[in-house]
Amino acid sequence: MAEPAELPLRSSMTFAAGTRENILEIWHEDIQKHKVNLRLGAQVDGIKGERGDFQVTLSSEQTINAEFVVLAIGLQGNINKLGVLGEDLPNVQYQLDDPEEFKDETIVVVGGGDAGVENALALAQQNRVILINREEEFSRCKEGNFILLQAAIKAGRIEPRVNTRIDHIDTETENGFLLRVAAKTSEGVEIIACHRVIARLGASPPRKLLESFGVKFPNSDITSVPELSEQYESNVPGLYIIGTLGGCPLIKQALNHGYEVIEYILGNPVEPADEPLLKQKISIFDTSCSVREGLALIRRNAPILADLTALQLRELLLESNILTPKPDETIFKYDDYTSSFFSILEGELAVVVKAKDGSEIYFQIKAGNFFGEMGLISGRRRSATIKAITDCVLIETPRRSMLKLINSAESVRRKLDEVSMKRVVRNCLTNTLPESELNYLLQGATIRRYKAGDVLFHQGDKADGLYLIRRGSVIISHMTGGKEDVLSYVITGNYFGEMALISDKPRSKTARAASATDVVLLKAPVVIAALERNTDLRDLLAARYRENAHDKKMIEPQGKPGNLFTFLVQQGIGEATDVLLIDYSLCIRCNNCETACANTHGGISLFDRDAGPTHDHTHLPTSCRHCEHPYCMLDCPPNVIHRSVNGEVFIADGCIGCGNCKNNCPYDAIQMVAVNPKFKKPGLWQALLGGANHDDKKRIPDDDLPKKAIKCDLCKDNAMGPACVRSCPTGAALRISPEALSLTMRDSSAVLE
Amino acid sequence: MQRSTLLEYKNYRYFKIASLLMIAAVMAYLFDQPATGAYGGSWLGYLFGILSALIVIALILYGVRKRLTPMRTEQRNLLDASSPQQDIPDRRKREANWLRHHGATLHGWLSAHTYLGVALIVLATLHTGFEFGWNIHTLAYALMMVVIISGFYGIYAYLRFPRLMTANMRGSDTFDTLLLEIDDLDKQASVKSLQFSDDICAIVRKARQETLIGGNFFRQLTAYQRNCPTARAVQQLQVLGKSLEYDQLKSFDDLYSVMAHKESLVRRARLDVMYRARLGFWLYLHAPLSIAFLTALIVHIVAIFFYW
Repeated sequence: MAEPAELPLRSSMTFAAGTRENILEIWHEDIQKHKVNLRLGAQVDGIKGERGDFQVTLSSEQTINAEFVVLAIGLQGNINKLGVLGEDLPNVQYQLDDPEEFKDETIVVVGGGDAGVENALALAQQNRVILINREEEFSRCKEGNFILLQAAIKAGRIEPRVNTRIDHIDTETENGFLLRVAAKTSEGVEIIACHRVIARLGASPPRKLLESFGVKFPNSDITSVPELSEQYESNVPGLYIIGTLGGCPLIKQALNHGYEVIEYILGNPVEPADEPLLKQKISIFDTSCSVREGLALIRRNAPILADLTALQLRELLLESNILTPKPDETIFKYDDYTSSFFSILEGELAVVVKAKDGSEIYFQIKAGNFFGEMGLISGRRRSATIKAITDCVLIETPRRSMLKLINSAESVRRKLDEVSMKRVVRNCLTNTLPESELNYLLQGATIRRYKAGDVLFHQGDKADGLYLIRRGSVIISHMTGGKEDVLSYVITGNYFGEMALISDKPRSKTARAASATDVVLLKAPVVIAALERNTDLRDLLAARYRENAHDKKMIEPQGKPGNLFTFLVQQGIGEATDVLLIDYSLCIRCNNCETACANTHGGISLFDRDAGPTHDHTHLPTSCRHCEHPYCMLDCPPNVIHRSVNGEVFIADGCIGCGNCKNNCPYDAIQMVAVNPKFKKPGLWQALLGGANHDDKKRIPDDDLPKKAIKCDLCKDNAMGPACVRSCPTGAALRISPEALSLTMRDSSAVLE
Repeated sequence: MQRSTLLEYKNYRYFKIASLLMIAAVMAYLFDQPATGAYGGSWLGYLFGILSALIVIALILYGVRKRLTPMRTEQRNLLDASSPQQDIPDRRKREANWLRHHGATLHGWLSAHTYLGVALIVLATLHTGFEFGWNIHTLAYALMMVVIISGFYGIYAYLRFPRLMTANMRGSDTFDTLLLEIDDLDKQASVKSLQFSDDICAIVRKARQETLIGGNFFRQLTAYQRNCPTARAVQQLQVLGKSLEYDQLKSFDDLYSVMAHKESLVRRARLDVMYRARLGFWLYLHAPLSIAFLTALIVHIVAIFFYW
């Protein structure tokens, strides 16, 4: 788990990242050293009273009187159980310490979340594993786990049972098995004989217990945590809650919270550990105000952050930068490939966008607003230039922190979507749309989310409205005589679905998501009414209508049948921004591309020319596609995977070799290798005499070197572009964005250079 | 996706340049009537000689460029990518820029290499003034012609074999996956053969142990193994199958289909080796002989100036 490295540890308990056993041992020693008054095996049944006079009742009927109570019980004391007959039988377990402990057993794993899937994957190494999920799909686990799981199921290493619940568990003595599981599937009851059941059903706050202490919860959501003051005090005076139960799962911070609470109770209030860091950030825009005043100011001036809890806001600010641009200073430029999010605390800024005729249009945005959400959501280049008009104060929140916040704070997501819908309409249709028209168009508009491959509408459907793409991409195709012709590929910042609206006929084409896609759907009657009165809008859509009436198809290479673009989309290029393709009718398999790559990247080729599928004569080698929303960035503990302003996704210094990015990449584009720091590009003579060919066997120069993640960086530091493409003697290799490829394929005369 | 071949590069840019060069050279040769008769020492002969030498240098430089990966910016360790990005221009703009500088792509180099090599035949031949003899000068000329002719084969190979290789791999296979699959089929066949007579077991074992993929130069180039044990095994199994009991037939068909499948995979693996060999072997002639030619050329030039 990631620990904020810069945060000092204040508790006198030692803590440093390490294995679980090590940490527990050190704590054990610390507890003895500090002579902590411990009562082991004491289960608390009830807490009564308030500050100064608490009675803590134990299950042994003993009562402890206390002035204050600090709860640090976490969630694991309340692990969700199966809730069926036999849930407490021996060999029915709810945790898994070491998957290697078990060998040659038949194990039933229950739970389609990350814990269940990870356990199943680990156990499948040396056991027969049956994975039970009560849902149809494994949609609750991380993308990376999902992909590994799919592979394991395909290879037969894990036997899945979906739409299945356990009915009861018996003991079994035949054939050396220990348990007999009765599982209700959609087709009836299946009896599974096994050695072990491991159920990973999550844990939740022991709500009943806490409520019996008088603690109140903010809402009825099972995962919600109690509301706390800034001193971590609950609504029961004198009862404090810290750690995971208080909403903070990180160990170091939880230790600090405990320290702070005790010092506060002792009457030596200390400022929180992050106080100096926050103070420093706040002093950038106001040297006189305290952290508390600063946070209040942020809540007041940035309504999108107003509803965050104190802890959430502090955490967000810790991860964010405060910017104070001067008038005329540019925050980011149109077409930059950045994705941080900005909240405006003070000042005014200009949003500079391009109108259809190429002229520039300015909008003003003021304090209380935010910007940068388009790049954040779409994972694509900035759609506008932002410049300061007056002296400003901005909070710049990095992509990762903002995405985490959007996923965990409903209020942030709601406010973001509200504003974002308007901006999407302007961006996709026309930036000259007046505010009144915008509000009119958005009546009844919804945001819809699709997975790759989902159909947005079918040929023959009744037209439901106009689709504006906020994230992802869509392929529009037409079925003729059972064969699908791809007509176009529409990306973020564009609209489609206007033809049926204008002609008032059913859909003549099918739209399918090429990658995870969000659209804003404007209701059909509203759009039609708007077209009747707004001539600009009518002209705009009519022009597109006429252009599309030509019904251009994508041209296949050499006029052969087959559907190259559909193939590429199936291979996932819908979410790519830059893919390596090789024309296998020209490739002489000399591997000069790999050699050139190795020579520019420490002696290791960052892609595999030979691996990967081929369609007709187009080969898609295993190499990085620089995804819109890079999977590799999802879970990088040291946070060293970045996207440069020009769009290249790269791994900076500081990789700790954990392999998360490699596991998360669905395209196998990341390698874990020991990089030889002494590698030198072969000199002229060595190259001429044949020493330049890189060799797989030479990949590990020294076993003592730590392994690190490496991936294609598109030769971003080289002014001449990717070495692989440049070094192809027959011009077979090409790096291209999917949208550029789709445009070229619609133009029969184009030859890709 | 269709990209231009090495001959079509940039709408036949180097074809045009080389053609102009050749036409101009032939015209000049026809119109020039030196008193001494046509030979390498006339002013036109010297001009041809100098031009040819310059072309040779360009052709040799292709070999150098192919083996080097030039970097125009300062060489940084790209794995240390934490440095600020401001000084690097946008890749898309950069790309337009370096594509325009055709010199930056090896594709352009090879296209030029090909056409200039052809032009060299005309220029160098005219430079000789058709004077040949048993001397170092004619040796240089002959070596040059061998190098160029081997290059013609290279063009043929580069344009023909890639498509055949792709078709042979059928979409997702690679040479390595073929070998793995063959190994797997071998194991299956061994197990399946155990229930049959010793001669069937022996045939299968022989096919497993003695089938060769690749091997010496001739085998690589022809994809041929005399009496290939796998092919023979398939033939022999066909015959032996006729004398089996009815209840053995099902498992025998099983074994037969494994061996037949293996035979087709072996054939494809050999074809892949063959295409790679045919794409590559001529370079063992082309590259060393070009060095020999270069040596002879230097001797030729030194000799000319020495005996001026």
